[in-house]
Amino acid sequence: MSKSKVMWKRFRERLAEIRWEVRRRYYIFKENVNKKTAKPKAAVKGLFKKYLVQPFKKYICNPIKNGYVKFTKTKVGGFLHKYIFHPVAYFFNRFVFRPLGQVFNRNFFHAMIYLLPALILLCIFTFYPIINSIILAFYKNYTPVDKMFDGYTLDNFRDIIARPGFVAALRNTAIIVFISVPISVIISLFVAVMLNSIKRLKSFFQTIFFLPYVTNTIAIGLVFSYMFDYRYGLINKALKVLGIAAIHWKDAQASYFNAMTTLMIYIIWGSLAFKILVFTAGLQNIDKQYYDAAKVDGTTRWRIFRRITVPLLSPMIAYITITSLIGSFKTYTTVVAIYGEEGRTAGGKDLRTIVFYVYDYIMGGKALNPGELSRGAAASLILFGIILVFTLIQLYVSKKRVHY
Amino acid sequence: MEVRLEGLTKQFDETVAVDNLTVTLESGKLIGLLGPSGCGKSTTLYMISGLLKPTKGRIYFDDDDVTDLAPEKRGIGLVFQNYALYPHMTVLQNILFPLENLRINRKEALARAVEMAELVGIKELFDRKPAQLSGGQQQRVAIARALVKKPRVLLLDEPLSNLDARLRLQTREEIKRIQREVGITTIFVTHDQEEAMSISDEIIVMNKGVLQQKGAPQHVYNHPINLFVSKFLGNPPINTFEGSIKNGKIYVGDVELGVTKFKDQDVIIGIRPEDFRVDENGFMVKVDEIDCIGRDTTLHFTLGGEHTRALIPSDSVLGNPEYVHISVKPDKIHLFNTDEAGELVNE
Repeated sequence: MSKSKVMWKRFRERLAEIRWEVRRRYYIFKENVNKKTAKPKAAVKGLFKKYLVQPFKKYICNPIKNGYVKFTKTKVGGFLHKYIFHPVAYFFNRFVFRPLGQVFNRNFFHAMIYLLPALILLCIFTFYPIINSIILAFYKNYTPVDKMFDGYTLDNFRDIIARPGFVAALRNTAIIVFISVPISVIISLFVAVMLNSIKRLKSFFQTIFFLPYVTNTIAIGLVFSYMFDYRYGLINKALKVLGIAAIHWKDAQASYFNAMTTLMIYIIWGSLAFKILVFTAGLQNIDKQYYDAAKVDGTTRWRIFRRITVPLLSPMIAYITITSLIGSFKTYTTVVAIYGEEGRTAGGKDLRTIVFYVYDYIMGGKALNPGELSRGAAASLILFGIILVFTLIQLYVSKKRVHY
Repeated sequence: MEVRLEGLTKQFDETVAVDNLTVTLESGKLIGLLGPSGCGKSTTLYMISGLLKPTKGRIYFDDDDVTDLAPEKRGIGLVFQNYALYPHMTVLQNILFPLENLRINRKEALARAVEMAELVGIKELFDRKPAQLSGGQQQRVAIARALVKKPRVLLLDEPLSNLDARLRLQTREEIKRIQREVGITTIFVTHDQEEAMSISDEIIVMNKGVLQQKGAPQHVYNHPINLFVSKFLGNPPINTFEGSIKNGKIYVGDVELGVTKFKDQDVIIGIRPEDFRVDENGFMVKVDEIDCIGRDTTLHFTLGGEHTRALIPSDSVLGNPEYVHISVKPDKIHLFNTDEAGELVNE
């Protein structure tokens, strides 16, 4: 018989063997199905192992391995193996493949499946814009139309600080932050304590105080606009009843002080709801025995509030203060809600905040001019820096004053 | 100062927590309010403190009617079960807190705080926060805080329940010592009979809001006036049998236990384990089990269908006898009526 015929014969025999094996396993499998002990996955795996993995090892891996072992037996091969191949392989195994395997293990991929949607969105809408705007702030004469720029510079920062509107924006933001935040925290703290001490209709009042939170800012702003109207507004009518002359709250004749007061009342009122909610939750977590103990010791209500309630609530107070401080630095919608997109009264009193200032550079197609977009980015970086500084100060202070 | 409760009643919605409690707590004594959980002892304590308003009845401190007085006007010191130390204040600030409320000047307040701290032995812990103290130390700070304003009555709510077993023994002595040194009328609440018996001058046993018995611990132990008190005090618990009196003799089944002057009737017989003794002339019992623990031996046997424990000196039985002759010490048989109240038989 010729060599090819022998090979054909062996091949056919092999095929028949495989067919029998498959059939045998199929019957075992079927029997197991009847006995309800079938393991289809294991059955397939067994076949896979026997006819793919083992032959691969036998006909490809082992010859290579044997060849290499034979190679190391030679003088040159032994030297190469000992001083080059083995150390290199060991190095890669120990310091590259194994650590990588530890990081990209099964858990990692499972975690990634859950994290990926959020991670992708964060990358697109948060991380990329942040990094991009930081870079943007240092471009010189950048035009978004052709994406050209003349190198890097710090001039953008100098330009915006020198512009007339910047100081006003800074002043307005500072006033809003440093007046509205403390006042609203204090008011909401008192309201929460009062709410906590009433017995009947507690949840009814809690609902009422929480309503502003679920109402649209712009809608409330419009209502406030009407309330503070000079001629028809509820406030001025109420003042009239009390015998006080009508006040120009927000119209063309309004002073800067009045316009700011109107805005402040609106901001404080709008921000009370969430704070009250958090404080009420915090108050309910304070052990009632502290109050009983204070009562036995004859502590006055004010002292109980000052010496017990406030310190025990201090983690909540710190949290609320930090978040609302950050929020107030970014005030924008509230100003728009009352004074419109221009951010100033009809009389020209400027109430724009830093965010306004940032928007100024990009609104109405201005961003297409060379360098404007970079200045906007620089302004937002400055805002970021200010917020960062105050948050750090706040954290430092609360570390000393907050009792966890 | 003497504390007098007259017809004190507290009702929570449907349940009556304390029912018509009339009792006088003598001046300068350490008095334990004792009873199972939910018997109204804590409610009584909080009513004395003024944190709870009684539904009915009056509370007198000496001759002052304090029923309608606010807690701070009564001159009481209260130590809570979990101490209620203010977590944000140091030990010193905690102790000073009641004095600040009284507007006592700083120098005197500090002197008093130091004095109290020395009394309870926590002076070196002044600058720590409560979270940095052990349970026993927190307890002492709480006592110091209660005592620093020189109250007329000291009230302790389950003072030892939050401590581990070893600390409990130690703290119990400590409370006794502090009370002796200050000489203040002290009322404390506990559900642990051993605790109450070991430190109090007087115990008040309550059940379901009703006063059961008041008296010196040993007296109450030796002369319980009803079945509840006899069962509640003592470890191992008292043995009870359903028995009867026939012709002046007490029987459990066929076994004669002793003699009595009461008329023939069915009774519940209570015998404390230590009141059995080995006696050649006594009745014979089959020993189920015998535990020898040092000085005492516990015999387990069945009498009148009840599993019975007898606590006898170890040297009165030798080896592992199958049968033992025992009798009951005279006058140590408690006879109770078979009705629900289980009062002492008196006729």
